[in-house]
Amino acid sequence: MIKVYTSTVIDAPADAVWQRIRDFNGMPNWNPLIADSRIEQNLPSDRIGCVRNFRTRDGGTIRERLLTLSDYDYECAYAILESPMGVENYVATLKLTPITDGNRTFAEWSAEFDCDPARERELSQTIGQGVFQGGFDALKTHFAGRR
Amino acid sequence: MSLQRVTRSTVIDAPIERVWDVLRDFNSHLYWHPIIATSEIEDGQSADQVGCVRNFTLKDGNALREQLLTLDDRNYVSTYCILDSTIPLQRYVATVRLKPVTDGRRTFWHWQSTFATTPGRERELADSVGNGVYEAGFAALRDYLRGRPRADTTPTRRAAALRNDPLEAQAIVLGGRGNADQLKMVAASAAAPAAGEVRIRQTAIGVNYIDVYVRTGLYPGLVEVGGVPGFEAAGTVIDVGPEVTHILAGDRVAYACPPAGAYASMRTMNAEQVLRLPEHVTEEQAAALMLKGMTAEYVLFRLHRLAAGETVLVHAAAGGLGMLVAQWARALGAMVIGSVGSEEKARVARAYCDHVVINSDGRFAERVLRASAGKGADLIVDGLGGAAREENMKALALTGHWISVGQAAGAWQPIDPEWLAHKSATFSRPVIFHYTVAPRQLREMSTRVFDALRAGTLQPQISRYALSAAAKAHHDLESRRTVGQVVLLG
Repeated sequence: MIKVYTSTVIDAPADAVWQRIRDFNGMPNWNPLIADSRIEQNLPSDRIGCVRNFRTRDGGTIRERLLTLSDYDYECAYAILESPMGVENYVATLKLTPITDGNRTFAEWSAEFDCDPARERELSQTIGQGVFQGGFDALKTHFAGRR
Repeated sequence: MSLQRVTRSTVIDAPIERVWDVLRDFNSHLYWHPIIATSEIEDGQSADQVGCVRNFTLKDGNALREQLLTLDDRNYVSTYCILDSTIPLQRYVATVRLKPVTDGRRTFWHWQSTFATTPGRERELADSVGNGVYEAGFAALRDYLRGRPRADTTPTRRAAALRNDPLEAQAIVLGGRGNADQLKMVAASAAAPAAGEVRIRQTAIGVNYIDVYVRTGLYPGLVEVGGVPGFEAAGTVIDVGPEVTHILAGDRVAYACPPAGAYASMRTMNAEQVLRLPEHVTEEQAAALMLKGMTAEYVLFRLHRLAAGETVLVHAAAGGLGMLVAQWARALGAMVIGSVGSEEKARVARAYCDHVVINSDGRFAERVLRASAGKGADLIVDGLGGAAREENMKALALTGHWISVGQAAGAWQPIDPEWLAHKSATFSRPVIFHYTVAPRQLREMSTRVFDALRAGTLQPQISRYALSAAAKAHHDLESRRTVGQVVLLG
């Protein structure tokens, strides 16, 4: 089991950051790596078990199932059902924690998965630095200078 | 009474390993939190002993006892509760949790508690816990890590500017193999630290018998002619290279490890074996204790596992290592027989040995047997070596353990296993650096040494020489003029 962990500090209140990322179907609105997204079977995007079907800018199609959504803990977890990445048993968690000192947000994005041992490094790098850090950078840029 | 919850969090601009190194010490608040007046861990327990109790007073006169409930080095979590308090805080349980901020080597610190209190005082106490304790603590730890100490604590810490240039220093080099005069002072420099390295301004350097063996050539291959001897020093960090997360500029540190190179006023070296010093340990004490104290530790707790009631023979019992072994063995309940070379040293050793044997003629076995009712020593900690082998075998109890930690009386000749069968003896010839190579064990060993210093079990007696007088220090050590631990001042 491979574990990837990425974390950052976003200069905005956790409520505001959560509002921007809470929608399981809303990634194209804030993550520049995502081209489009839909929820299968017309389910609401905050219905646990719903599946988002989205395409990345480089053309890959990914299907992910919503496992956890907590407005109380600012936490969202999901599993990959299908992807071109070559990962199995992939579960990721995105979580926000308020930083009371300065009313900022501590954001954590982590994943666990199995893969071909020869690709561990490359996939850890792609997921941790590409997907997660890329998403964080987009959020940080969005909120920068807004207050 | 209902419970209320107080939560505060912040980001500290230091790597998580460094922040945790402070916060995992349950008694460290004395050094960094400005509201604490006095604090100690009860019953002489270690501050990382789960279940230990810190007994402390605040500057406003309040007194509290708090118990450590959880210490989790893997997840960076500490949980504790209040046992007794003059402040009306009931059922108070607090958790300190750290997480790494992976983009920028910073640390997220979350501090949360739940408690009940006297009706009507909820707001007041929530504010005093959240602001007076947690937020004030955040600011204070930030200052502490930047090297700005609380005004009323003694250690002077210097925030050092990062410099990319080599810095000028002095060092002692080995001019050739031979007597102490081969140690010569030269101008040297300490390069800016590369990845994984630290640059240390060394204020105290430990002199060990191994340095003599290196100089004479008894232990070949450790220092080339022209190289800098010494394996042990303490001082202040000037700067650290990339990828070093457990120490910061301004930290007081110490080390005891190869490669050689410690006899210098400044040194750039691999940071892995460099430890941050607890606040209660001076740099001189660290230079006197790291190598010799950890040797005593592994001899008494790992290699032999001394039991109360055993008889221990410690040679050179007034010397740097022998003194520490004897003091510690006695505290563990052993009967300690010290051998020394003169009446003057006997006077020193009598303070912590049950029996002192003056070994001026090389014949000590009879006197050891007499002191132990004919039984002999269950453990011999032997810094003498070659010339004393027959006497040591005579002084050893049946099934005894004989540990060679030095060869001051001449190099070893081969030992025949059949010879050991005379007493079913166990003979050990250990090397300290094999015990300290794993960072976790190094930390355990040094912590036990420094805890024993704080408890008063170890009472070093330090002889000080200037770095430039290293030759004289070696000369005095070899001619058995020194008592206790020898330290060079950088």
